[in-house]
Amino acid sequence: MGKKKFLSWTFLLLLLVSTALYGCSSDEGSKEDGGGSAEEKQLIFGRGGDSVSLDPITVTDGESFKVTKNIFDTLVNFGEQDTEIEGALASKWEPSEDGLSYTFTLEEGVKFHDGTDFNAEAVVKNFERWAAGDGEKFPYYGSMFGGYGDEEGHVIKSVEATGDYEVVFTLNRPQAPFLKNLAMSPFAIASPTAFEEAGDSFGDNPVGTGPFKFVEWKRNDTITIEKFDDYWVDGEPKLDQVVFRAIPDNSARLNALLSGEIDLADGITPSDGKTIEGNADLQLYERPSMNVGYLGMTVTREPFDDPKVRQAINHAIDKQAIVDAFFEGRAEVAKNPIPPVISGYNDSIEDYEYSPEKAKELLAEAGLPDGFEMELYAMPVPRPYMPDGQKVAEAIQKNLADVGVTAKIVSFEWATYLEKAANGEADAFLLGWTGDNGDADNFLYALLDQDNVGTNNYTYYENQELHDILIQAQSEVEEDKRNELYMQAQEIIHDDAPWVPLAHSTPLLAGGKNVIDFKAHPTGSDKLAGVDLE
Amino acid sequence: MLHYIGRRLLQLIPVLLGMTFIVFMIIRAIPGDPAQVILGQQASEEAIKALRTNLGLDNPWYIQYFDYLKGLVTGDLGESLRTRTPVVDEVWPYLAATIELSLFAIIIAVIIGINAGIISAWFQNSWFDYLAMIIALIGVSMPIFWLGLMNQWIFSIELGILPTTGRENVRDPVDVMTGFYVIDTLLAGDFNQLSTVLKHLVLPGTALATIPMAIIARMTRSSMLEVMRSDYVRTARSKGLSMFWVVYKHALKNAIIPVLTIIGLQMGLLLGGAILTETIFGWPGIGRYIYEAIGFRDYPVIQSGILIVAFIFVMINLFVDLLYGLVDPRIKYD
Repeated sequence: MGKKKFLSWTFLLLLLVSTALYGCSSDEGSKEDGGGSAEEKQLIFGRGGDSVSLDPITVTDGESFKVTKNIFDTLVNFGEQDTEIEGALASKWEPSEDGLSYTFTLEEGVKFHDGTDFNAEAVVKNFERWAAGDGEKFPYYGSMFGGYGDEEGHVIKSVEATGDYEVVFTLNRPQAPFLKNLAMSPFAIASPTAFEEAGDSFGDNPVGTGPFKFVEWKRNDTITIEKFDDYWVDGEPKLDQVVFRAIPDNSARLNALLSGEIDLADGITPSDGKTIEGNADLQLYERPSMNVGYLGMTVTREPFDDPKVRQAINHAIDKQAIVDAFFEGRAEVAKNPIPPVISGYNDSIEDYEYSPEKAKELLAEAGLPDGFEMELYAMPVPRPYMPDGQKVAEAIQKNLADVGVTAKIVSFEWATYLEKAANGEADAFLLGWTGDNGDADNFLYALLDQDNVGTNNYTYYENQELHDILIQAQSEVEEDKRNELYMQAQEIIHDDAPWVPLAHSTPLLAGGKNVIDFKAHPTGSDKLAGVDLE
Repeated sequence: MLHYIGRRLLQLIPVLLGMTFIVFMIIRAIPGDPAQVILGQQASEEAIKALRTNLGLDNPWYIQYFDYLKGLVTGDLGESLRTRTPVVDEVWPYLAATIELSLFAIIIAVIIGINAGIISAWFQNSWFDYLAMIIALIGVSMPIFWLGLMNQWIFSIELGILPTTGRENVRDPVDVMTGFYVIDTLLAGDFNQLSTVLKHLVLPGTALATIPMAIIARMTRSSMLEVMRSDYVRTARSKGLSMFWVVYKHALKNAIIPVLTIIGLQMGLLLGGAILTETIFGWPGIGRYIYEAIGFRDYPVIQSGILIVAFIFVMINLFVDLLYGLVDPRIKYD
């Protein structure tokens, strides 16, 4: 046989290994910094996961939007670091007095990456495409605009081109967050020629008007986009290429940043914040907070059906201690279900103070002087609004023990966790929410209205008065009146106490010192058009 | 021999069929609705319902199972629920990445493991023997997670000689042809890239190789010790053959059979057990592909991913069995 074969194989293996070793010892920049030609400005953005699709209307995950935000533009845009509305593809817009129609004036001379012109017709075609879809194809369209086509709840009645660069939206009923919805990443305007041609595969070959055009996608690894020379904003983008790289493990991602393999790292754990601040080669970015982490109590389960018990739990938990210990202080103690940056935030609410005595009193009033036993669900995955669910749960367990409540911590794998919580199987559970469009409705209605029991209202909390207010606020176009309604809503929620709002966290990112003008956006998807490298 | 291979391949069918059934039942037994997970927290109830119907998740399990089998027969592994892409179309890059990494790891493990085992046996009870076996013991018990992060810290951050994560220098990407980057760079004749790709293999490769290396070393040592005590080795020695010749030419051939078995088994374990390594080192392989699919309850991907890994595992074992005959002609297949 193959003694010879065996030998030649061995030889081949030796060759391979020695090449590898040679590779290691060669001094050709293993640090991998500044490869390519000197002028090429290439930014590598390290993040935790891959995108699902690059056709933003078909997805709901943040990792997809992080990329599409830079390939596509929306009609209107959020502010640089807030959710105020600014012009984008539409330079001007005029709402009618009754709030039932909006006239948009579009930017002229804008091109899609495939060379076709952006105009009113393109906008119409995009909206026609979405409105003809369904919840499965375009999930966000239905949830933000109340449905599709002729469905009863559908907010958008028609979208018409009234000129080459003028579009009129007619609504079935006024929708207060209409513009904020339009600014969301899923409603980015794509090239009609491209999506008509590509059909279902448009998500693999996205074509927009954004600062960067799509180059290549290596699944679960990298997505590469490069400068679009005909971008309509003067002087942007500054970078030649951006590579989004998936590195799932937080520590490994930080290691990659430290070794210079990536320029920006998303999802920095609060405990690493100090390390980065102490490193002269790095800078730390704080993403403005637009989230809430909370302890939800399923109000249909005993004894949480008694508001006194829920208030008692609110008094029992030392939120400041939790924020200090597990968010490393990089969070604000929450007293409302919406973060303070959101218009309509009620700052006059007086939070339940941390007081085990008051908690015990309330429990006694509720007929539970000796406390009770309960199950406490601890999140198995870190999220920006909850860096370590297990530890936060342990702290809460200790707080509860102090007032005589015995909490048993349980945890499930994430999908199971969400399903069990949504089914109302938890006594109390840790969870959170990151806002989509910076509107109070996106927090209060989505999370605490009776319409959403079993989907996002995991506590099964129902209150008719609250419901009426929230529905009224949805179509109230006048900002002040609307804010007033939300203030009232927060009071009701505060008194009924279905949650213990815990914290509004500040998600962290880190980058090399050579990164210039990176601004972390509260929505979690960052536009990199203005970012430069030294 | 052909007859033997044919029979073994036929035996594969019930094995894999049983496996598809078990996997199918287990993943459906865990709670968590794919439609809900795919559409995210924001989804409305109608949307979830529509998606369930569309994905065929409304059908009873046996119908879903037979649909799946029907697809398998025609080479259709189903469509990923999350990306809506046929699994057949998207699985290759992941599989190639894992195979490349596993081969690299097993090569390291075999070369170092076998030689360490031989030398330990040769100089039994010497300092080398003790040291090698202590290292092997540590190797078996070291958590990959810790080892991986420590290696990144030492070799990438402190020494700066190896990259921390990924398969290639992202600033100078490899043009993918076969999916095996070592081969792709060789085909392109770019030795600079080849060296970068090999460097990227070193840390995850050694992390993955640690456990099999230790096991192979211990197995080789004990197997060698046994053979070295046998008469023919003594005869060979007394004829005046050099120790090196005796060990590598005569003894190893007889000692290698049990080691081969271990290598085969370890190789299969590497394929399945790469998840941790792939996560720490950002390696876009099949372990992570399946792992993430579990998080999304992406049934077709989980089913097919595990099926593919199982298939390779079985094939490796068949290959190892055939190898016995090549190494030791006394072994006959019938």
